[in-house]
Amino acid sequence: MKKSKILIFFFTIIFFSNSLSAKEPSKLIEEIVNEASIILSSSDPVESKIIKLNNIAENNVDIDGISMYTLGNYRKVLNEDEKIKYKKLFKSYFLKSFSSRLVDYSDPKITVVSSNKVNEKYTIVNTILEETSKNPEIKIDWRIYTKNPERPLIRDLIVEGLSLARTQKEEFKSIIQNNGGDINYLFKSLEEFIIK
Amino acid sequence: MKKILELFIITLFSQTLTLNVLAGSDGTIEINNKVKKIEQSSEVKDCFETVNRGIFAFNQGLDKIFFKPIAKGYRYLPKPIRSGTSNALNNLSNVVTIPNNILQGQFKDAGINTLRFSINTTLGIAGIFDVASYYGLNKLDKEDYGQTLGTWGVKEGCYFVLPVLGPTTVRDTLGSLVNFSGGDAWYNVTISNDTRYFQNSDYYYSRLTAGVDFRAKNLEAFESLEKSSMDLYASVRSLYLQDRIRKINNSSEITETMNDDDWEEIDTQ
Repeated sequence: MKKSKILIFFFTIIFFSNSLSAKEPSKLIEEIVNEASIILSSSDPVESKIIKLNNIAENNVDIDGISMYTLGNYRKVLNEDEKIKYKKLFKSYFLKSFSSRLVDYSDPKITVVSSNKVNEKYTIVNTILEETSKNPEIKIDWRIYTKNPERPLIRDLIVEGLSLARTQKEEFKSIIQNNGGDINYLFKSLEEFIIK
Repeated sequence: MKKILELFIITLFSQTLTLNVLAGSDGTIEINNKVKKIEQSSEVKDCFETVNRGIFAFNQGLDKIFFKPIAKGYRYLPKPIRSGTSNALNNLSNVVTIPNNILQGQFKDAGINTLRFSINTTLGIAGIFDVASYYGLNKLDKEDYGQTLGTWGVKEGCYFVLPVLGPTTVRDTLGSLVNFSGGDAWYNVTISNDTRYFQNSDYYYSRLTAGVDFRAKNLEAFESLEKSSMDLYASVRSLYLQDRIRKINNSSEITETMNDDDWEEIDTQ
């Protein structure tokens, strides 16, 4: 009897500690948006803003996952050395592309509207980028990878129903296909973009 | 010959509007679910890619010297003027959306759009003011004949790029041609029929303004895409095709419109 009470107590502790440490995907987005907003509205030099924005991305975006997704079926033909090389190139490309897009915004106002758990691995967080004098209101959905609930990671941004990861994947596929299926042309294009 | 050229120009202008993006609607019917499966599994062929890339480069040049500067200038107009213009053009698009709502079985949406059109055209002074939204009749998705064909299960056919106005598919071009065969009441009263109230130029001005309005709303988005793309042509093709699938499915939810198989294989945690 005593033994079973100890077991129940033990499992209760585990259950509650797990639910306490699990991070809500919508909270993750709120935190990231607030953090980015502070950086972008600060008077810091652009270089400093880029470093800080890249830190946010490295901590909260599944860059390795996106890199493999964007390779499509070609990821199956890469050997380990090529995979390592590609992941490294993709990371540099992604961070440069990400920060250069964001740094143009002075203070974007993004509001979390709702959150939809698709399955154990995914939650879609729906947000709105508020209307400005220049731009209309824009719907942005965030695909959050939640396999590890303690460390949810962003895998895709869906702007007005258009997936950035899918667009990237099709762009890479086009580069490879138009160069005789040679993956090295993609590596070359990525290198050129990074040093540009 | 003049008539053919005219028709060609109009087709091109009508294509600019196909990338336009609006807020979601709930008036979908069961037939859409069948289409979803067809759309997900099919890959659209880019026929004549070399030629398409050439036309795309030409369009880029034209955009740089013509559409982009005009769109930038348009941005300097006071916001009420831009909003009024945008509202009036949206209101006008209802004459194509309403028949397509009916053809797609979206009778509730057809009713809402008819009411919106009636209220905004009269109380809203030719659609300049969106009075209908004030009465709780919110704006719904635009529909066109290309989307209707998609809803009926017609596949896209080849993807190709038209001079001046950009990306399209065989299905979407066929859909646009329906507009000029009596499917667009605005075209009918301005060009097809000789009415005392409207002239041909009214139609061309409305199309051109719609193109400029769309470009002005997307200046930063296009710039950002240009900056971050290694193959802009492929990115635009992907965005166009994704947008058409989303519109045909009448869904803004990515989980309903995308095949997730690739993601499922990737395990990084």
